[in-house]
Amino acid sequence: MQEILVNGKRLSVEGVDPQTPVLWVLRDHLGLVGTKFGCGKMQCGACTIHVDGVATRCCMLPLAAVEGKTLTTIEGLAEKGDHPLQQAWRAHDVPQCGYCQSGQIMSAAALLNQNRKPNDRQIDAAMAGNICRCGTYQRIQAAIKTAAESMGGAK
Amino acid sequence: MSPELSRRSLLRGLVAGGGLVFAARLGTDRLWAQSAAEPTDWSPDIFVTIHPSGQITIVTHRSEMGTGVRSTLPMVLADELDADWSRVTLEQATGNPTYGDQNTDGSRSIVQFYQAMRRIGATARFQLERAAAEIWGVEQDQVRVSEHGVVGPGGKRLEYAELVEKARTYDKPRKSKLVYKTPEEWRYVGRETKTYDLDSLVTGRGIFGADVRVPGMLYAVIARPPVVGAAVKSVDDSVTRKIAGVVDVHTVAALSFPVVFQPLGGVAVLATSTWAAMQGRDALKIEWDLEPAGKNAQYDSAAYAEALHSSVSSPGKKVVDEGDIEATLAGAVRTFTADYYLPHLSHAPMEPPVALAIASENACEVWTCTQNPQAARDQVASALGLEPDQVTCHVTLLGGGFGRKSKPDYCAEAALLSRHTGKPVRVQWTREDDIRHDYYHSVCATHLEAAVDEANVMVGWLGRSACPTIMSTFQANQDRPTMEMSGGQGFHPPFAISNRRIEACEAPAHVRIGWLRSVANVFHAFSVCSFADEIAQGTGQDPVEFLTRSVNNPEHRLVKVAQLCAEQAGWGRQLPKGQAQGFAMHASFGSYVAVIATVELSKTGEISLPEVHIAIDCGLAVNPDRIRAQMEGSVVFGTSILRWGSITAKDGAIVEGNFDTYPVARMGHQPARTVVHIQPSDQKPGGVGEPGVPPVAPAIANAIARITGRRIRRLPLTGQDLSWS
Repeated sequence: MQEILVNGKRLSVEGVDPQTPVLWVLRDHLGLVGTKFGCGKMQCGACTIHVDGVATRCCMLPLAAVEGKTLTTIEGLAEKGDHPLQQAWRAHDVPQCGYCQSGQIMSAAALLNQNRKPNDRQIDAAMAGNICRCGTYQRIQAAIKTAAESMGGAK
Repeated sequence: MSPELSRRSLLRGLVAGGGLVFAARLGTDRLWAQSAAEPTDWSPDIFVTIHPSGQITIVTHRSEMGTGVRSTLPMVLADELDADWSRVTLEQATGNPTYGDQNTDGSRSIVQFYQAMRRIGATARFQLERAAAEIWGVEQDQVRVSEHGVVGPGGKRLEYAELVEKARTYDKPRKSKLVYKTPEEWRYVGRETKTYDLDSLVTGRGIFGADVRVPGMLYAVIARPPVVGAAVKSVDDSVTRKIAGVVDVHTVAALSFPVVFQPLGGVAVLATSTWAAMQGRDALKIEWDLEPAGKNAQYDSAAYAEALHSSVSSPGKKVVDEGDIEATLAGAVRTFTADYYLPHLSHAPMEPPVALAIASENACEVWTCTQNPQAARDQVASALGLEPDQVTCHVTLLGGGFGRKSKPDYCAEAALLSRHTGKPVRVQWTREDDIRHDYYHSVCATHLEAAVDEANVMVGWLGRSACPTIMSTFQANQDRPTMEMSGGQGFHPPFAISNRRIEACEAPAHVRIGWLRSVANVFHAFSVCSFADEIAQGTGQDPVEFLTRSVNNPEHRLVKVAQLCAEQAGWGRQLPKGQAQGFAMHASFGSYVAVIATVELSKTGEISLPEVHIAIDCGLAVNPDRIRAQMEGSVVFGTSILRWGSITAKDGAIVEGNFDTYPVARMGHQPARTVVHIQPSDQKPGGVGEPGVPPVAPAIANAIARITGRRIRRLPLTGQDLSWS
């Protein structure tokens, strides 16, 4: 593989073993370290990115599997870091340690792309793959609703 | 790289683009901001520098793992200085005793440094006011600071930027000359101010342990011995060395007892990427020598649980012995007795341990997520045979800590491997490494007995606790709890009972024992709060009334916070069948917390939490929003402990390895509503990070007992029958 499309840019992955999980390609080879390593087994969601708009754990996703696909990481969610979710995260002071929050925001963004007015159960279901050991879940839930509202969805 | 690695030379390199290139420049700007020592700057204290531009740099010396303390202490200083927070830059201190204690645990950052930060702010303010007064030719009491400047008679104003040159010529004022702001004048303390890192944390730009990168660095993972103390007998690395990207395979020496913060040893695989190193490790064939591990190799949690129960069934070493407990129990109208058991826990912070080191012959530089940069510095120095001042430890943001990252074994691993290869080395722990090689929260069995008189008043209390002690990590022959039995560790009931005995029973350690968020309070508060509730239930009394009355001091802060929680939660209100409220109250780390949990159980025993109220009296609420956040987090953390928290050993090795076998609470497991209540107070600040955790699990368990009619006497709940009819 020569290159992958990340955050609208074609980036070279020449020489990288195509079996390498995308997480490590992003972090070690491309220097995009906003996507985090938490478990390596698709258990915790810290590594959540979008692959063609779908929230995807990339710690077990081989590089070869994303050829021709469009990847978005937290760095590319909004150029100025002002995605409605990021604004809502600020308004609700969501992060504690912050380590899982890239993944949380990426999961939430994929949810809102598909459902502009999610209810509590839908939010719980969409976010079930993302662990926060600090326990910021209540604020994440509130922030998702705030963002949905500002995007013209739920009220 | 120069053999004389100093922080400044490296950072100069960074600025010049010569030595270091950090991957995420945007994030590093803030975290690694330097108060480059310009001669025109004024540093009234090592913690604060005022630049001629008016920008203020504040050194933050405690580690940020989610409590907000990296922001909160500087806010206290900025408050007293009346600085505009938007013109404050934070500089994270390296590990150095000059800053005072930096070990960010024990919920004591604010407790220890609140007043010091106020004093530093007041000192700088005094000198700025003096400078303005002299410029205007008026008495100092005619001027006062106001938002990054000083105002004087007739509304005259000078900005801090204009006063630096003069202020820097003065000697520090005597403490007796300092005048502190009144609470009405506070700008940030007790108010809602956004934390410094908020923006970087929602944009993925925060720099955590694994986010620091240097050119030419190697990535390492280590196959550590399955049993603490075991050594490498033989290693076949022939397949490993053929894997593309693998550069080296190196055996790390086994540790010697006591373990302290030494690396565990094992076989390290060094590679040009994390993935190659992981692949390389998977391909190793290692034979372990279990001999040096001794009895650790037989550690079996099922058998050990029996041993602990047996240990507390007979008298231990007396820690407290007041009145006559034997006669009281023998002559009591009614007695209660119960045993409790809580297993080992792993910290499992979302960011597993990780450290980057650059070691040379006579110096070492480390970047890591540590709660304790001074211990990291000392451990690295000791591993490399250096003096502590030859080691610099930079502190990144921590992706959670919970006590794990106070133990810098991983920093020493990186330093040793860098020394060995002559290259920068990052040691990355995987989740399995983290869960299988932790400094575990102790397993514990307790035995409790209580005597009740004809008026249903507790008149006698006997408590026995057996848990491998944290001290076993540091000293030989520590075979029973010691520090775990102290007043702050939750086993001394808060009740006025004149006949009481507390005993420490034998419990040898067979894994590394460490401290986890709220330490022995986790199992001791569970035992005490469950047992007190059982007595209330058994004597037909309301638990809130019974427990608060048993304190026998209506003004006690624990009583007050319990009453606050009860009022706010609507304690005692009618609930549908299958629902119940449970109560627990507990004091730790200088703060007082009460929890009322509403629990719902389906007939088959599936649990949900409609509502949890948690009330805290932590004295002065310095950063109220972060206090609320810590309480919300404590409810989730306590829920994880209650429902799934269990680490077990078999043949000396830890069985669990990832979140599939060591589950923690996810969004759907949290209460539908968590409500935090902060008791207004002007008392000295108490701790916040830990004291919310201990009463959560017993409050929920007490509610479960009300529904099922069966007491919860061991954790976790998983696998237990919670059905009812």
